[in-house]
Amino acid sequence: MTTAEKNIVLHVADVNKSFGGLRALTEVNLKVEEGKVHAIIGPNGAGKSTLLNVCIGRIRPDNGHVLFNGQVLDEHEPHEINQLGVSRVFQTPEIFADLTLLDNVMIPAFAKRDGAFKFNAVRAVAAEKSVRDEAEYVLQDVGLYERRFDLAGALSRGDKRRLELGMCLIQKPKLLLLDEPTAGMARHDTNMTIDLLKRIKSRGMTKVIIEHDMHVVFSLADKISVLAQGKIIAEGLPDEVRGSPKVKEAYLGEAHQ
Amino acid sequence: MFSNLSSRDWTMFLIFSGVVLAAPVLFQPIGAAYPAILQKFCIFGLFAIGFNILFGLTGYLSFGHAAFLGVGSYAAVWSFKLFTMNVVPAVILAIIFAGFFAAVIGFISLRRSGIYFSIITLAFAQMSYNLAYSVLTPLTNGETGLQLSLNDPRVIDHMFIEPGAGLPRTNFFGIDVSGGGLSGFYFTAVLLIIGFYISMRIFRSPFGLQLKAIKSNQNRMRYTGYNTRPYLIAAFVISGVYAGLAGALMACTDPLAGAERMQWTASGEVVLMTILGGVGTLVGPVIGAAVIKYFENIFSSFNDNTLNQFYSFLPEPVREAFVTVSGLFVGEGWSLTLGVVFMLIVIFLPGGIMEGVRRIASLFKGGNKGDGNAAVSGHPQAAE
Amino acid sequence: MDALILQILNGLDKGGAYALIALGLTLVFGTLGVVNFAHGALFMLGAFCAVTFNKFLTLETVTLDPTQQTPWGTAMEIRTPVVEAYLGDFGAVLINYSVPVSVLLAIPVMLVIGIVMERGLIRHFYNRPHADQILVTFGLAIVIQEIIKHYFGANPIPQSAPAMFSGTAQVGMLFGLGDAIPYPWWRLVYLFFSLAVIGLVFAFLQFTTYGMVVRAGMRDRETVGLLGIDIGRRFTVVFGIAAVVAGVAGVMYTPVLPPDFHMGMDFLVLSFVVVVVGGMGSLGGAVAAGFLLGILQSFASMNEVKSIFPGIDQIIIYLVAVVILLTMPRGLMGRKGVMED
Repeated sequence: MTTAEKNIVLHVADVNKSFGGLRALTEVNLKVEEGKVHAIIGPNGAGKSTLLNVCIGRIRPDNGHVLFNGQVLDEHEPHEINQLGVSRVFQTPEIFADLTLLDNVMIPAFAKRDGAFKFNAVRAVAAEKSVRDEAEYVLQDVGLYERRFDLAGALSRGDKRRLELGMCLIQKPKLLLLDEPTAGMARHDTNMTIDLLKRIKSRGMTKVIIEHDMHVVFSLADKISVLAQGKIIAEGLPDEVRGSPKVKEAYLGEAHQ
Repeated sequence: MFSNLSSRDWTMFLIFSGVVLAAPVLFQPIGAAYPAILQKFCIFGLFAIGFNILFGLTGYLSFGHAAFLGVGSYAAVWSFKLFTMNVVPAVILAIIFAGFFAAVIGFISLRRSGIYFSIITLAFAQMSYNLAYSVLTPLTNGETGLQLSLNDPRVIDHMFIEPGAGLPRTNFFGIDVSGGGLSGFYFTAVLLIIGFYISMRIFRSPFGLQLKAIKSNQNRMRYTGYNTRPYLIAAFVISGVYAGLAGALMACTDPLAGAERMQWTASGEVVLMTILGGVGTLVGPVIGAAVIKYFENIFSSFNDNTLNQFYSFLPEPVREAFVTVSGLFVGEGWSLTLGVVFMLIVIFLPGGIMEGVRRIASLFKGGNKGDGNAAVSGHPQAAE
Repeated sequence: MDALILQILNGLDKGGAYALIALGLTLVFGTLGVVNFAHGALFMLGAFCAVTFNKFLTLETVTLDPTQQTPWGTAMEIRTPVVEAYLGDFGAVLINYSVPVSVLLAIPVMLVIGIVMERGLIRHFYNRPHADQILVTFGLAIVIQEIIKHYFGANPIPQSAPAMFSGTAQVGMLFGLGDAIPYPWWRLVYLFFSLAVIGLVFAFLQFTTYGMVVRAGMRDRETVGLLGIDIGRRFTVVFGIAAVVAGVAGVMYTPVLPPDFHMGMDFLVLSFVVVVVGGMGSLGGAVAAGFLLGILQSFASMNEVKSIFPGIDQIIIYLVAVVILLTMPRGLMGRKGVMED
């Protein structure tokens, strides 16, 4: 393995996926470098979410593989993939709606500390001081500390996304997958989320982000891949992609008219 | 903060223990202070506490928990027959058997969720029930039920004492704990308190929190790195053990085990108790169990004569109408009352009695919701 | 060979009852999204429609006939059913055919019961969790069952099939197998009856616009609602139909199995297993699984089988259910996405 290869955290290799007659992904290749923010953009129905689902084991690819630090991901169960160090923020927030924010964040922390299963029924949650401190710190980070005793279901959509982000961050994943982290957010919330993502950018976590909002993409991404009709049609630094006529035609043109 | 349980929890635990231990005095005014009925409260309370650990925390609705109750009873009676009338080995044996049985059934049925899970557990319970009546007769004594006999080996007892003339009674190292006595009640009461304490610890532990999270969003749990199956199986086994313990205690009060204990109506009863008291709350299931057993006791003893007396202040024709209508609901008709209560609770008060108490309490507080309390485990359904 | 055919036939009539109950359950579940634990009670109510009708028909008038003397020297009591007294021979025919005639009576009664149930209770549970639906209908089932017990007692009340069908048919003759396969006529009637009802329901769903909407609703409830179709009224009708199907299944089953108050629950548990085995939300699956399990059950009760697997007849249905659910998560013909998490 060459040194260049070593820095590849996520490698999607020749992945194909069809749903019935519909080809969602065709020969998709993607290499994500360590510590970078890699954005995947593309028009609706391009296969972005499918790609992310393949990465976390929600969907098995028809052929091809997803490698995470050299390990084949697509044969693992979702919880194993998470335990390897991959966390994900979903397009519609997946949180524990009838638990408090604090509990929501502590649960992933337990998973990180204790692994996929530990019968931890002796000590009370309240006595888990270090986990609790950590959770409170993360909640401050995402700006929800004041509401830590509220039920998560009572949050606004934007706050739910931030909570979910916090739930991922507390696990200090090696790879963080973000599926439209700012969709449905007001401008103010979007900017707050961008700031937050910028802050964690410096923490050496690799991120793959799917986003519609070009403002978000260009303020965060180190590298951009453009997906259209299940194929990667362009890849490169933000400026290169911005200038590519092919991309303009497939996506930006449509978004900028 | 530094102790394992908050002071609020300790207060609740102490009040709970106090009420249970003082029950023979406290329940005097409502006419339920005699040991036989109190023991029933305790036994079904334990059953419901255990059921609640599965249903209340994980949301998995088992319709076959009576099977574990039955297994516990059979195991206990066999212990009485083969080894000793001391209840300790009986209880331990029942717990082991019920736990093992629950592990096997849980391992299989927890591969599915939702209604499929309910149906598989129901299927297992029905299989156990049918088998207990047919091919397993050598173990269960079929329709007659398993009971003590003078010819039982009782090897341990016979090493120490000469068998008496009549059937021996269950004992706890010499103290008679069979049904009807105060010592018998305290034996069950102490086990109830221990069972309650364990359930409280589970509720407050990371394990309990993880179970609640599974109920809330199992998908998220998986993508958060949890293998949810062992958690569910653990919860299932724990609740099965509680059911086995309850079954053993039934056998302790009356050393007889019949297959009807495994029938799905018995499974339905524990669901009802839990719901009535309040699913996912700590004390709710015990209250639900006690309320149902109390009213069962009162209502089923009513007949037209008692009703006539009850309505004696009414003029003749009105009284007759009242007696006829209420006659439907008492005596043999107790099940009808149960069904009606069941429906009313699910329709109007899905949170059960505890939810009702909370609503009334918040009325008095002027409607402001208490917050600043991390331990919201008591409000699983109140979440909007 | 003869024994095998006999067992298949024996399974078919029971399977017919399972299929009819399961059909209604699936219909209700597929369109309304409601898990109805009171469906067995509807089957039982149907059976008691037959009992009630028969009771009315056999109300008797007592006349004293002084020309005839009892051995004690009193006038002989002549008991004549009222119906016979007023309608003469036609009354006697009516009594003879009370079970099939009860079907006509049961249809409106069950329709009303179904509509009242849906409007009064089930409707309010469309958006509640499945656990709540199970619990409230379970409560309702207890209530119905206890009321029946109160009025009709706890003992089974035997009903007789019309005299014409009360003997056994030599089914073997039909297959050229000699006369070794005696099979009660009424069971044969029941089999054809259940096939006919199943056919009617499918025809209704397949060939009427009403049925088309219902089928569409089973596929995608929300979209159908969005199309501006008054889905609420259709739901009521669907529930009514399911109640009628369960009811007539109960009526016709009375000569096979004397009805008692808990027959509904007995059949419900089995029918749920049938539905789940067939695949939640699949009508064809429910029917197929109904017959399949009926036949399997009668095979399991053969002595040859029982001697190899003791007790198998007691658990076969549940065993099959467990195995099928574990190997085929959606049952035999279940669709993706129904009742999953």
